[in-house]
Amino acid sequence: MHELSLLENVRGILEDHALKQNFRRVTKVTLEIGKLSCVEPEALRFGFDVVMKDSLAENAELIIAELAGLGVCRQCQQQIEMETLYDPCGYCGSSLVTVIQGSEMRIKDLIVI
Amino acid sequence: MCGICGCGQTNTTAKLKPVLGQRQHLLKHDHSHHGHVRDHHSHNDNHSERLVKVEQDLLSKNNAYAAQNRTYFQQHHIFTLNLVSSPGAGKTTLLVETIKVLKDRFPIAVIEGDQQTERDADRIRATGVPALQINTGRACHLDAHGTGHAVMELGVKDYSLLAIENVGNLVCPSSFDLGEAHKVVVLSVTEGDDKPIKYPDMFHAADLMIINKTDLLPYVDFDEARCIQYARQVNPDIQIIQLSATKGDNFSAWTDWLVENLSPQ
Repeated sequence: MHELSLLENVRGILEDHALKQNFRRVTKVTLEIGKLSCVEPEALRFGFDVVMKDSLAENAELIIAELAGLGVCRQCQQQIEMETLYDPCGYCGSSLVTVIQGSEMRIKDLIVI
Repeated sequence: MCGICGCGQTNTTAKLKPVLGQRQHLLKHDHSHHGHVRDHHSHNDNHSERLVKVEQDLLSKNNAYAAQNRTYFQQHHIFTLNLVSSPGAGKTTLLVETIKVLKDRFPIAVIEGDQQTERDADRIRATGVPALQINTGRACHLDAHGTGHAVMELGVKDYSLLAIENVGNLVCPSSFDLGEAHKVVVLSVTEGDDKPIKYPDMFHAADLMIINKTDLLPYVDFDEARCIQYARQVNPDIQIIQLSATKGDNFSAWTDWLVENLSPQ
């Protein structure tokens, strides 16, 4: 359940921004989670309310935007969409594919008061 | 004050709870702030909502600590490996045997991560090499902040090999950079040969895969060629060494790899 650790990191980042950007409460948190990242959106949703309780983001709404997985084939240089880290190239069948998008786990933006 | 992260935590103990530790700094700071919020928000809601752009990685705090660790390791010529595997793949035995072969060539230090007990650190100390056990408690991985403190407490010598044995877990430790030069994933032949595609994040993050317990191959249904193919599918650049830590088969391939990588470039 490293999702709980990740959410504690989210909470820490919100607290830092609250000081720097002068807000007191967060009502909405939007995360961008890549399809090839190692977090489970459902587990984030499950843990979010628990970790944010008694913090500046208590009762905040959580939005998770999924980013597609993208890779480039080293053999034929085509860009392909990836569902998993081990998808072969759909054009030439090579398994030598470099991931270029989809590992992201970012806090995109917040709605604050 | 901590020599790596400067966080002011002087009394480090082996039982670090890194993530919680970070939070405690913040919570002390924020309690009065929270009270203030509650006093006001009932009549302030919806008046001044605004959008704040963050665009920050969820792991940005850990990554910042990892970057500090990495700088420290470079300045002190410490070659650091983060060893990961499922429980029981043979990480500690691999380290014990490695220490026996290499301890007279250069200083070695070990950080052991487990949820509970000092058992692994005790096994390492029995070889005469300093080891520090981090008990992560409920956490399923080491993080960079706790690792930095462990490095300070252990007093790792310049020009050392520092081996960090992570909590036995093929999922969570893949995300947490500790500042290491390489992640090394250990897979034993008593596990399935399809582990690289069942747990792709870890094999994607690792630079070297060690297939351990090869002496048991005649007794198990483990296809080495298939395992290697799966690993390369997930990570085309992964290096692979097959060995038996207990019997010593092909062990020099691993110690040669260490010596080669440890020597100043």
